[in-house]
Formats: sequence, C-alpha cells, structure tokens
Amino acid sequence: MKYAYYPGCSLHSTAKEYDLSTREVANALGIELIEIPDWVCCGATPAHISMHLLSLALPVKNLLLARRIGSYDIATCCAACFSRLKIANKFMRDNPRHRAKVNKILGEEYQGEIKVRHFIDILINDFGMKNLAPRITKPLEGLKVACYYGCLLTRPSDITCLDDLEEPHLMDDLMRVIGAQPVNWPYKVECCGASFSLTKTEIVLKLSNDILQMACDQGAEAIVVACPLCQSNLDLRQPKINKKFKANFKIPIFYFTQLIGLSLGIEPKKLGLKKHIVNPLPLLKEKGLLG
Amino acid sequence: MKIGVFTCHCGTNIAATVDVEKVAQAAAEFPGVTFSTAYNYMCSDPGQNIVKKAIKEHALDRVVIASCSPSLHEKTFRKCVEDAGINPYLVEMANIREHCSWVHPEGEQTTAKAIELVRIAVAKVSRDRPLEMTYTPIEKKVLIIGGGIAGIQSAIDIAFANYPAVIVEREPSIGGRMASFDKTFPTLDCAACILTPKMVTVSQSEHVTIHTYSEIEEVTGYVGNFTVKIRKKPRSVDINKCTGCGVCYGKCPVRVPSEFDQGLGKRPAIYIPFPQAVPNVPVIDRESCLWFTEQKCGICQKVCPFGAIDYDMEDEIIEEKFGAIIVATGFQQFDYSVYGEYGYGKFKNVITGLHFERMVNSSGPTGGKIIKPSDGKEAREVVFIQCIGSRDEQKGVPYCSRLCCMYTAKHALLLREHNPDAQAYVFYIDIRAAGKNYEEFVKKVQDEYGAIYLRGRVSRIFEKGDKLIVRGADTLSGAQIEIEADLVVMATGLVAMPDAVSLAQMLHIPYDQNNLFTEAHPKLAPVETITSGIFLTGACQAPKDIPDAVATASAASVKALGLMVQDKLAREPLIARVIPELCSGCRACIEACPFSAIETEEIEDLRLRRKRTVVKVIEGVCTGCGICTTACRMSAIDLEGFSNRQIMEELAVL
Repeated sequence: MKYAYYPGCSLHSTAKEYDLSTREVANALGIELIEIPDWVCCGATPAHISMHLLSLALPVKNLLLARRIGSYDIATCCAACFSRLKIANKFMRDNPRHRAKVNKILGEEYQGEIKVRHFIDILINDFGMKNLAPRITKPLEGLKVACYYGCLLTRPSDITCLDDLEEPHLMDDLMRVIGAQPVNWPYKVECCGASFSLTKTEIVLKLSNDILQMACDQGAEAIVVACPLCQSNLDLRQPKINKKFKANFKIPIFYFTQLIGLSLGIEPKKLGLKKHIVNPLPLLKEKGLLG
Repeated sequence: MKIGVFTCHCGTNIAATVDVEKVAQAAAEFPGVTFSTAYNYMCSDPGQNIVKKAIKEHALDRVVIASCSPSLHEKTFRKCVEDAGINPYLVEMANIREHCSWVHPEGEQTTAKAIELVRIAVAKVSRDRPLEMTYTPIEKKVLIIGGGIAGIQSAIDIAFANYPAVIVEREPSIGGRMASFDKTFPTLDCAACILTPKMVTVSQSEHVTIHTYSEIEEVTGYVGNFTVKIRKKPRSVDINKCTGCGVCYGKCPVRVPSEFDQGLGKRPAIYIPFPQAVPNVPVIDRESCLWFTEQKCGICQKVCPFGAIDYDMEDEIIEEKFGAIIVATGFQQFDYSVYGEYGYGKFKNVITGLHFERMVNSSGPTGGKIIKPSDGKEAREVVFIQCIGSRDEQKGVPYCSRLCCMYTAKHALLLREHNPDAQAYVFYIDIRAAGKNYEEFVKKVQDEYGAIYLRGRVSRIFEKGDKLIVRGADTLSGAQIEIEADLVVMATGLVAMPDAVSLAQMLHIPYDQNNLFTEAHPKLAPVETITSGIFLTGACQAPKDIPDAVATASAASVKALGLMVQDKLAREPLIARVIPELCSGCRACIEACPFSAIETEEIEDLRLRRKRTVVKVIEGVCTGCGICTTACRMSAIDLEGFSNRQIMEELAVL
C-alpha cells in the first residue's frame, strides 16, 4: 500500500502533530507514504480568493510532481488541501478551457487522472476497518468524543465524494473501532470560523464557542478533528473563548490520527500530544489511557 | 380529373408578401387543373360559396385550397366540398401562409415558393382517393381508476346521466386522501362532513359498481371498446355476508401502525380504515394477521356472527368491457427523509402535513390534541416549513405543489384554535395563494391568528434536549433565526404515485419527467389524453386542491359522457392500411407502433395455398401517426391520405 503523501503547509508547521501522528499510524499499519518532493502551496484561501487560475495551477503543479514519482493515489490529511486538489482535478477533467490554460502554464499535459484521497478514506476503504480492529492494542475505552468534520471535508459533496454531507459518520466509525465512544451531536458540520481566525477573530470566538459548548452539552470529553484549521480554532482560541464568554472549557482537541495512534500502542510523545494548547494528557491519564 | 385551385389573400396575411393573383394564374396551368381563382377570405361564407359554385359550374372533382395551415381550416373545407357533392378526402391544402407569407419578405421568390407549394398540393390531390369515415360500436360503461374525491365525483356525474360507472380502488375503502383531512381551506368545512355524503351517494347509486381492494391488471382495446382485467385482492371477509357490526376488529389481538393515521395511531390486523369507510366491511391485513403469519388465533372467524370471515379467499380476476376510462389515481407525499439537514426523517417531532391533519382531527389518534409525538406533551412552538421537495431541483421536484401554502396556513390557524397559547412560525419561499378567497385566508391567518411568516429557508434542524432547534434565514430582515420548537411540520409536496409509470404504460398514455400523466393539450384539452377515450382528473396529472380535483372530475365525466351518448363512434379514415399480399409477417410495425394498434391475423394465402400470418391495423386504435409505414421493409403498410404514391407524386413535381 503506497501513496504519494501531500502534507501541505499546516502539517509542516502549526499542525506538526497531525503530520507526526499520520506518519506514525501509517508506519504502524504498513502504509507507505512517499512525500511528494518539492511540493508547493495547495492553492487554498490566499490563492483562490485572489486568482482563479492560480488556485488551479498550484494544486495541479503538485499533482504533476506526484505523477513523477509513480502512479500512486495522493494521500492528504488537511481538509483544505484535500478540497483544493479535488477541485483542481474536477476542473482539469470537465473544463477544456481551464485545462488548456493550466497545461500551458505548467508546460505539461494533465487531465485530472490522479486520484486524491483523504487519509480517512484510505484507512476505511483501502486498509479496512476489519483489518484495523485486530491491530488495536490499547482501546480507548470510556473516552467520549465528539467527531467534528467542519466544512471542507464533506462539502461540496459532488467534489469530495467522501461522506454524508449533512450527517457524516466516517470518523465516528473509526472512533468506534478504536474503542472510543462517539457522542451523537448536531454540530458535526458547523462552521468554526475558519480563516477568519486572523482577520476577524471575534467571529471565530463566537462560532467556536458554540461548537465547544454543544460538544460539552452532549457529554463529550474531547473533540476529534481532521482539519488543521478546525483544530487551531477550537484549541488555540479556547483560553480567549473562556475569557470572552466567561466559560471554563478545558476540552482537548485531537486529530483522529493521534487517537488511532494511541490505540495502536504508539508512544504519546511520538504523536505530538504535547503540542496542544489545551493539554490532553490529564484527561488521558484520568481515563487510564497513557499507561 | 378536374381540379379546382382556390387561393386565399387572407386579408394582407398572405397578399402582403405573396402575389396571390399570380399564384392563381400559375395554378391554372398545372396538369389537371381546370379552374383557378383567388379571393380575399376563402374561409368566409362568400369564399366557401365560390368553391361550391365552381365545383358545380365546372364539374370539379378535386380541390386545392391555397391558404393557411390544415390544422386551422382543413375541417372547414372538407365540409364545404362535401356540401357540394365531393368526397371530403379529395381536398388538399397548400399552406402558403405559415410556410410562406409569414416567414418570408415580399418578393418574387416568395411568390415563387407559394406557386411551388400549390404545385405540390395539386400533385398530391391528384393521387387522393375517396375515403369514408369508419364507425365502431361503443361499450356504454365508464371505468374510473381511483376512488378518491376526483373518482367519486366522476362516478356521481356519470351516474347522474344514467350511465354505468365502475370505480376500481386499491385501498379497502373509497375516500382517498380527502378522507384523512380534518378541515378544508379556505372555508374550514370539515372534510369528512362534505366527503362522506358523496361516498354514500356513489355506494347507493344503482349505476355505480365499486371494486375496493382491487387493482387494474391489464388494459387492452381502444376507445369505445376497452377490455380491462381487474384484480380483486382477497379481503378475507365476504362482502355479502358482512354487516359491518365490528365484532371482529374489536376482538383482534394485533396492533400495528395505522396507515390512515399516518402511523400515529394503531389498528388491528382485521380493520376498517376509518369509521365512515365505504364499503363498511373490514379487511384482513395478511402481513400482520396471526392466522396468516403464525397459523394461530382465528378469533375473528370464531366471533363473527355471520360467518363472513374467509381465510381461504384468493385473488380474483374479473374482466369487463368499457367505452371510456377516467384516470383518478391521485398522488403521494414527497418523502422528506432525503433531507439530511432536517434529520433524514429520524426526528420524532418532525412530522408531515398529513400527520398534522390526523393529529388535529377530533376523531384522530390524539383526539384532536396537537402534541409532540416523542412525549405526548402539548406542542406550543410549532414551525411549519413550506416547499419540502417542491421547487427543489436537486433533491425534489422542480414544480410548485400548489396547495402547500394553503394547507400550511390552515394548519397554522387550526394550531391556534386547538392550542390557544401556541405560536406558529411559517418559513416560506413565496406565498402562492391564487384561488378564490385564498389570499384573504392567508392574510387572516397572519393578522387574526398571529402566525409569524418568515421568508426564507430552514438550513438545519437538530434536537437539543426535548426541543428541536430550527435554524433558518429570514431574508427580509437579513438575519439568521433560531427557533426552539416543540414540533416541526413539513409541507411536503405532491408527487406521482410510485406505480404511475406502469399504469401509464398499461393505458398507453404519456407521462412527463416527473411521472405525472400528460394531458392532450395544456390549455385546450386539459382532461383528455392523446389516447382517445382515456381522460384525466385530479392530482395524477398535476398537484390539485379539492376544488380543482372536483372541477376536472366533472370535466372528465362530460368528456366520457360525450362518448357514451353516441350510437357509434365515427373514426377518421386517415389511418394505416395493410396490403396483406405484400406483408411478410415480420412484425416490425407491431414493435414500432406506440399505440398497440397493429395485431397479427392468419390469412389463407391463395397463391401459396396455405395459411400465413400477416398484420392487421385495429381501426379504432390507429391514430394515423404513420410510424409503421416507415418501419415496414416491404412497403406493405400505407397511410391513407399520406400514401407512398402521394408523397412520390409530390416529390416528382418539385
């Protein structure tokens, strides 16, 4: 099982722990991730709000780089990278005008043939839940989690083709396999405020507060995410949210790969669990999941 | 052969761009033409008199009218020449208006084209042959498929004219959707109070036969002579012995969700759907009856004082002949569980309009209390969402279901009447209240009953504690709105029945992309289909409220009665004709015919001295579309009035 791995900028910086834990999990399961050499920006927000052509050419550049190392599917973890790469593929397949322009800029012929896969998709559909279950050595029994999918993982559904648009369940399924207990909650696809984090932080504080509140109301002890921006908004902004809304949240925000890693018996240190703002270790210790 | 050509000015319609006199002069020179003239309005009385006079004076035997489209005036001139003693099928029209003067500028070329069109018509008329109308007998009985309000009204109208009608209804009782409604908009009459007298009328009429718990199995034949097989499903209760005493369903130990109450209430396995059912005879639901599922119980048979319970009853197929068919099969509710944002149909306190009707009905499962199905507590904050499935090209149907605005307004009113402290919120896209006293009704609901109307869509519903959080947009104030509701009522749209397509195919009537049956003309033939003798009424054609369903029911009845009162049915002779000597019996035409108007027959082939299979056109069914003539490899099938000979002649003179 080999994939061309596209980490994207977040996984090399703010979401380092997402990258670490993904590699650890892949390694433990025998999934080979070959990082695409010299990968560039995926064309997310800064590119696609400034120039449409740029927002296509950048991801296609990455797809072309991936093609050079072999005909592997692309594995990606960041929801925005996933979205941009898939959108570019759709344009290159269905829109001859854009295809011609992009191909001219990049000097190579590409027609959207490389498959872009989210790591969740790879775990569930390629590796398989049945094969994952026997590998779990430390099931996360008793840990109540709220799986939070955010916006880009499932939308637009005709492009992502990943999960149910309104009521996604793939992460919940994974959590069940590793022994955790996903709570039923209605905010799985609410907006966290996304990149307003930097420009209009107030919006993020309000929206993320709602999400944290709902998760706690439904009995979640932690939130599980698959997007670096969701993680950052819910985790990094928690102290500020507590201050502004006079709340007392101390709810850890995990990447799903970190929890899978724990259940596979991988050392917490290797999963970047110390890189969080809200320290998850006390909760894990309390639940007896660190021993 | 003496052909007369009559060219029309049509005021300036033709004369402005075509030199009519020149056309008339040119036509006079065509072979076979012995008379040619032009006149201002050929279709007027003086114009027709010119034709008649010329036929007599010049002993004409064929006529060409150079004027407008035959779809406008062919009938006029057929009648005109017939009055003058010529076979009406020896007249042709050259369309020099729609095909020439209207679409070309004035000029020599336009006139030249008109002359060519007349030349072609003259060539065609020279190959016309006299034809006679054919006549078929009529079976004086009308089949009505569906026993809802539309079907019931049709039966009443037909019975009133003393003709027999047969209602075939799938459910155990007639009454249809209307039977389950509480009040009706905009006058708030009780639905049962105005429907049940009609149900009693049809059931007591000597002219009406009702087959409930029955379905149409097969339809063959043609206008005036339909042969229909009806499957009577086993009711397991002898309709002749049963007196409707009700002992059996009182004792039945089974309880399953009641279809009539939209699953809100329960019914036994042997049941009548509602107290006023017609016929008032129970039916055994064999899927839940213990006798049929576990071969035990048998209580109903033991307690029935009349020995009416018959567990061994089997399907019965009856065959009847009908002269006309009225299709009144109605609609089903749109299934809102496709909407993930509204909980995929999983939230107990999200219900549909039909649920609400049963709930608000004093003889319904809650005794008229509007409650939260989850805990039975009174519903105070109630959100109504309109256009569920309607006007939604992605997940629903593109059309407007027409009645949801009105029934939602009615529900909002009834909510306040039943729970005076309750508050109704209505999310809408547009309010479409076009109908007599409809707009006034909606206004009243807003002004006097305090319903809050919010223009916008609901983007999400989720459960929070025992409340439903309804989040939507109010586009008029530009705000996002969240309502903590006890109950959400979905104004689900009306869609075609699940088996509409198979019925349409059985009847050979067309249906549209939404599986709704298609009328012959959207404006001028709204209750006819293109298959003669089959008429449409009610919501099987398009969503209709009760007044519209009743109006189209009476309209369809009049159309059916129009056939009934005739001694025999005149049929246009412009149909396909088989030349048996040329037919090889390959049946390609049978495959090609969209009307099933061709069948095989055995003939004695005199030359081969043996029996041989060839095809035959069923005169009453053939519409003269001509598709078979193009499918025939042997040119053994020809279309009268458009024969191969005529078309070749037209091409020859071009």
